[in-house]
This record gives sequence, C-alpha cells and structure tokens, in this order.
Amino acid sequence: MLDAKIPAGPLDDKWTDYKGHCKLVNPANKRKLEIIIVGTGLAGASAAASLGELGYKVKAFCFQDSPRRAHSIAAQGGINAAKNYQNDGDSVFRLFYDTIKGGDYRARESNVHRLAEVSANIIDQCVAQGVPFAREYGGMLSNRSFGGTQVQRTFYAAGQTGQQLLIGAYQALERQVALGNVKMYTRHEMLEVVMIDGKARGIIARNLVNGELEKHFGHAVLLCTGGYGNVFYLSTNAMGSNVTAAWKAHKQGAAFANPCFTQIHPTCIPVSGDHQSKLTLMSESLRNDGRIWVPKKQGDNRKATDIPEEERDYYLERRYPAFGNLVPRDVASRAAKERCDAGYGVGTSKQAVYLDFAAAIERYGKTEVGKLGKDNVSQEEVIELGKEVVKEKYGNLFDMYEKITGENPYEVAMRIYPAVHYTMGGLWVDYELQTTVPGLYCLGEANFSDHGANRLGASALMQGLADGYFVIPYTIGNYLADEIYSKAISTDHPGFAQAEKEVRDRINKLMSIKGKQTVESFHKRLGKIMWDKCGMARNEEGLTQAIAEIQALKKEFWSDVKIPGSINEMNPELDKAGRVADFIELGELMCKDALDRNESCGGHFREESQTPEGEAMRDDANYMYVSAWEFKGESDWELHKEPLLYDVVKPSQRNYK
Amino acid sequence: MEHYNMSLHLKVWRQNNSRDKGHFENYKVDGISSEMSFLEMFDVLNERLITEGKEPIAFDHDCREGICGMCSMYINGKPHGPWKSNTVCQLHMRAYKDGDTIVVEPWRANAFPVIKDLMVDRSAFDRIVQAGGYISVNTGNAVDGNSLPIEKDKADASFAAAMCIGCGACVAACKNSSAMLFLSAKVAHLALLPQGEPERKKRVVSMVAQMDKEGFGACTNTGACEATCPKDISLSNIARLNQEYLIASLTADK
Repeated sequence: MLDAKIPAGPLDDKWTDYKGHCKLVNPANKRKLEIIIVGTGLAGASAAASLGELGYKVKAFCFQDSPRRAHSIAAQGGINAAKNYQNDGDSVFRLFYDTIKGGDYRARESNVHRLAEVSANIIDQCVAQGVPFAREYGGMLSNRSFGGTQVQRTFYAAGQTGQQLLIGAYQALERQVALGNVKMYTRHEMLEVVMIDGKARGIIARNLVNGELEKHFGHAVLLCTGGYGNVFYLSTNAMGSNVTAAWKAHKQGAAFANPCFTQIHPTCIPVSGDHQSKLTLMSESLRNDGRIWVPKKQGDNRKATDIPEEERDYYLERRYPAFGNLVPRDVASRAAKERCDAGYGVGTSKQAVYLDFAAAIERYGKTEVGKLGKDNVSQEEVIELGKEVVKEKYGNLFDMYEKITGENPYEVAMRIYPAVHYTMGGLWVDYELQTTVPGLYCLGEANFSDHGANRLGASALMQGLADGYFVIPYTIGNYLADEIYSKAISTDHPGFAQAEKEVRDRINKLMSIKGKQTVESFHKRLGKIMWDKCGMARNEEGLTQAIAEIQALKKEFWSDVKIPGSINEMNPELDKAGRVADFIELGELMCKDALDRNESCGGHFREESQTPEGEAMRDDANYMYVSAWEFKGESDWELHKEPLLYDVVKPSQRNYK
Repeated sequence: MEHYNMSLHLKVWRQNNSRDKGHFENYKVDGISSEMSFLEMFDVLNERLITEGKEPIAFDHDCREGICGMCSMYINGKPHGPWKSNTVCQLHMRAYKDGDTIVVEPWRANAFPVIKDLMVDRSAFDRIVQAGGYISVNTGNAVDGNSLPIEKDKADASFAAAMCIGCGACVAACKNSSAMLFLSAKVAHLALLPQGEPERKKRVVSMVAQMDKEGFGACTNTGACEATCPKDISLSNIARLNQEYLIASLTADK
C-alpha cells in the first residue's frame, strides 16, 4: 500500500534528477486542468498562487472570511534557510542534518533533504514579493539563531514572521484572483472528497453564510488544511483550526501517519480558569535569558519575590547542566509537567512554573553600568538600566503577557506552562506529496512528512512554503500529464450526488439529535482525556482507558449533542459540531497510535520506555518506521509500516545532560 | 493582580442577515471573572443561550491572539473596545467592573454589510488588494535575497505599514467610513521597497479607484483611524498615499 516513490540515486541528486525527468503539461493543456485547493495558509496560498501562475484553473477554499486570516499568520519566530549569509558554516547538509536529528530520526531523509535544498529559494521569493524581513544597517538581511542551533539561519520580521510571509503569499494569491486564474471561495468548508473511479475528483463544500452545499470538480485536490492540535481543546491553534478536511480524506482511503506525534511548546501562558478558550504562546527566545524555577517546598503559597534564593529549585539547570534552560522543547515541557505533577507548581492553578528575568535584568544592568563608565551606582539604578535592555529585546512579548495576565513581568516572575502547539503527524504522503488516494495531495502541517517526531523552531513556515511554491508545481504535473485526456466531469455525475447525499445525511443526523449538552462541553471533555492520557507522557494503561472513554464519549455525543438553529443558514454551532465529531474519531486513532509506539521519541514520552535516570529512550530496533493507519470502519484501523532507511545520517540517542 | 467576579448588563446588536432591520437585545451575565477575555465572556453567554434553547450571538474570531484580524466588535462606541493598541480578542474583563453596562455592535459601514449579528462582510478589502496590492513576480523568478540592499530605515518603515491586520477597525472608527488607513498601509508597504517600484504608479491609482467603487467614504484627516488601530498604523501613511496618488495622477501614462 505504501510506495513512497523516493527517486533513486544519491541523496544530493534526487530532487534535481526528479525535476529533470518528471512529466510536464503543456500550457494549452494546463488551461483545461482544474485543481482544487483547500486551505489558504502558507501551503495553500503559495500553492494556489504558483499553480495559477502556471496556468492551471484553480479553485481555492477557506473557512475564514479572507485567505489572509489562516493561522500561519500567528507564527512568531522566523523561517530557516540554508543561505549561509553569516558565513558561519551553514549549508544544505547542515540544515538537513539538524532537521533529521531534531525530529529524533523519524522523518524521511529524501523529503527533508529537498526541504533544505529549496529553503534558500523561499527567502529569495519572499523578498521579491516585498516581504519586509529584518535588515542590518548595510541593507542586508538579518539572521538570528533559534531553537538551539549552532548557526544563524533564521530570517525574521520582528515577532511577526508568519504574518509577513502569509501576506506575501496572500498578495500573490489575490493577484491570481484578479487575473482570473484562481477563483476564491471564502467562508466555505470542505466536508467531503468526491471519489470517482478510484481517484479524487472534487469536493463537497458548505457555504457557511447560507448553509448550502456546493459541488466542485477538480482533476486533482490539494489539502493544505493545517494541523489538528485543537483535538486537545486547549492549544495555541486558532479557534477554527480543525482536522475535518484531512479526516474526510482519511475516511475515503488516505492513510493517516504518525497521528500521536504532537508538539508541546514549553513557554505558554498558563490556563487561568474553566472559561479558557485557547492558549497563547510566548516565543521560546525568552528562554535565552529567563531562568525557570519552582519552590523547593511542595505547595508553597508565598509570592515569588518572597521565596529566597536557596529555597528555589532551578530544575532545568539542576537536571541538565550542559544545556540548562535551553534544552529542546520536548525536554523542557516534560520537566515542567513533572514538577507540577509532583506538587511544586505555582500560581492559583498550581499548573505553572516561573520564568524569571530578575537575574537577567541585573546582569544586563551591570553591563550597562560598565558601558556607561559609571561609579557608585545604586542597585535600583542597575535594575532600571537592566529593564531597559530586557525591554528592547522582549518588549512586545512582555506587553502581551501583561495584557493577558494583568501582571507586570518586569517586576514579577512570569508564570508559564507547556501547551499543545503543532502536530507533526498528518496524512501520509509520498515524495510527490500525494496521499494514498490518487489525485489527492496534502501540503504543509496537514501532512506528516518532514518533521519526524519533533519539529525544530522556525521550520514550520519553511515547510509550508517549500511545499506550495517549490514542490507541488513540479510533482502535480507528473500526475496531471496523464490527465490531459480526462474531460472535466460534470457535477451531475452520480459520484457527486452520492458524496453530497452523505454530507447531507450527516448534517441532518447531527441536527436531529436535539440533545442536552453543548458542542463545546463535548470538546472540552475530549480535550481533557487527550491531554491527561495522550499528552506529554503516556502509558499503556492510560491509553487503553482513553480509548474506552473516547468511544463512550462518541456515543454520548451522537445521542445527546444540542445544536441550535437550522441547516440552511449561517450556523457556527453546526460547523463546530461537525469538527468536534471528527476530532473525537481522530482522538481515538491518536491513542491507538500512541499505544502501538512503545518507545519515547521526540515530543512524546512513553513511560514504559525510559532510562534509569528517567530520560526518554528511543527504540530504533523496533520502531524505526512511519505508522500509516488505513481506515477500515468504525473504530477499526489497519496499521501499515513504512520503514525509515537512513543512508546518510547515523541515528544517535539525544543527550542534553 | 487581584481577581474578581462581576455581573454585567450587555446590550448586543442582533440581526439575522443583511436584509433584516436588526435590534438591540439585553442580556445580564453573572459570574464573569476578571481573568476572562472579552470573547470568552461571549462564549459563556453563548453557552447559556444554547442551553436555554436560544440562538447564540454570531461573531467573527479565530486566532484570539491579536494577529489574524478576524475579530471585530464595536464596544461602547469604540472599535475593539477601550484598550489602546488592542484587538477585542486580547481585551480582558478586568477592564470592567461589577454592574457595568456594555454596548456591543458590529462594524458600521456601508462597504461592510452585516452578515449576521456582529459579523460583517469585509471582502471589499480583498478586492482592494486584488486591484494592485502586490508585486507582480511569479514563483521562481526571484534573484538572490541579498542582491538588492534595502536601507534599514526604509525596510523598518515598510514593515511598520505591513503590520496592518486588515481588521477594518479604521473604517469602523471613521465618521466617513473611509478605508484610507488600510489602503495607505498597503501602498506604503510596497512603495517603500525597491521591489515595488515598477508598478508604483499604476498600483496606487488602481487601488484608490477600487476603494471608491466599494463605497468607502472620503478622508477628512480626523485621525480616529490611527487612534483606534490595534497595530498602531500611522496616519503618516495617508500623507504618503496622497503624495503617491498625486504624483501618479500627474505623471502616469493614461
């Protein structure tokens, strides 16, 4: 079932050879070929723009009111590229190697190498579009280091890199809309993939403004619908981010790969109460200067400033002297959870740890005093000078923290806690980004391909744009070249009618339940099961329980959910109900996948697989494969394994002690 | 920060669709924590309405971290509410005290028809961008990113304009419903960069024409847009727009 179609030959040459030999579609034929793109984030907008430029007839869909709203817009830190502008030894190979290692040796070498190869083109393309990256006084592009890499390869636009890149792609997309090459459907949600003669041939979409179902034909369908972090209810994802499009594709035969690989980001603002609807990320750059600690005494209710130095436990510095506060995301997250679970958490919820800038403020203050050549400086003055420096570096993040919590982080230590941030799993795709369904492609966070078990910082933006600008324009031609004889299929075809009927029946079923519990309440309960039992740490017992609990929750949902309003109108609760129903099914599969993978790797810690010191232990002998799950029926999946072959990189155990 | 609970009196605009006349509806909400965000307060109210068998209030929102530009509520006469440089989703309930009355309306502008309740149609902004808010470069044509140095000051000014989130608060704040701040931010973003130079004149003329066609009002320089902008987009962008437009109209080939 799984043919990754990895080109033969040395790793360095695979992509070049592929491009030199893939089939092409002549311009006259491109005009006759229609492509449907679902989702308009970095992957979708860049693909829609690029394919429109090539001359294909593109239809793009998003559920937001404008393609510019997609959640790629919220990415803060930056985008990696192997430009080596800093002359610090970066190269395509190093970016490739760091990504494979960071992913804990669970990604495909060929795909990651291609990603590193095209990374430099992405920066050039974005600059040409007018993306205002940060620059040096000499007019050159500025770089910073990110996520513990040893080279400076991250390009950025203040703390809004995702926004600027998305606006670049959005503008390119709108240009194609103006030229008539792309037709844009906003406030539309894809609810089914239409299959005709074993190939994806279109979609059923619901117009969210009037509730009408629409049938759209395409010679190929591209899903660029982002990640599924909202299965946990609370995450850093946008409220509307969902798995529905990918899940419908999965049920039509597309294998879902590594669903249990999720990334928990260590520095987020903690939950403040039951009303919490989402979590906000604070860039991990804060860990460059902040020190993380909890009180040494359990249940210590004193204010942070009242706890003397000797009664504080700087647990990351204690456990990982070599990396200290800069250990990778997964390690930092697990350590925070461990302390809180053991009763050392702080704040009203006790589900938080301190991120303290007092030491950094003093250190920077002293440096400033030295720079200014001052004598007899009071401690207050040193602190004031230090605050200025910290403000310059992290001012916007500190402001955001204060807006949300009402606390001034210059005076009081910040409280942080890990939160779900990114999902490495997604639809299984081959080298051409095609799923196991012919004609159905998957790009960006929605696919599984490039990050293995853990994603490095500043790599998500890179992958989304690589897939959309530089990979799919080649690989889709290889498929569509054989489709030039296929005429557009009328949406009166029984295949469309059948798919539409299924969608209609499902909506009717949802609306006819007329139960007592709100959609939101089910989503919250699902999130709690997932977070407690399939979150940062998992074990066999918990996962087995979780599967039973989710199955029971599913039953309860389909017999007692309450959805107000009606079908043929704008009805956000109905939209949400469909998404939560899919999340429930996905949750079960995630637990099944986590149960199968009896090893700790990347962001996922399997309690049965740890070293005597309690560190994560990977099991290459038994689990060096991609888990690709084929949907067989309700609560029934078959596992297919794609072995991971490392021809170039030698896997090693990560160590941060 | 001390946390507290409050009861509030809400007057919320309800409107079934663009043809409906619409009206204010009164709601009393209790047990609202000062730690909640403004939209979470609406979540609480909506959950209650659903349980009571009533229609929840429709409002636009997505990222809830102040960057997607989707949220849009006109609160006590101010787009995005009382805090400066802020979107509704980042407004927190500690801005209010027990017993307060809060009036919530949608963006009010002819060019932004109401879809339902507090949700409006801002597709006019997309069409303004379609009229020229881009640099015409196809994928794959780009030269090396560092082949064209850009003065840091210009790059920074371009970025400051490009920070616009397209929420439409500037239009809602303006007594003329003018879209000049939005449009000028896009024109400035691209005009400040050498990459934007080839289409500079055509772009501004065509975007302004589209803005007029959409039914936005004229600018009378009151500055309400700048005061309400969640991203602090400067009024000086409008001055730049006027200058760009004047030069283009006088010198562009017709």
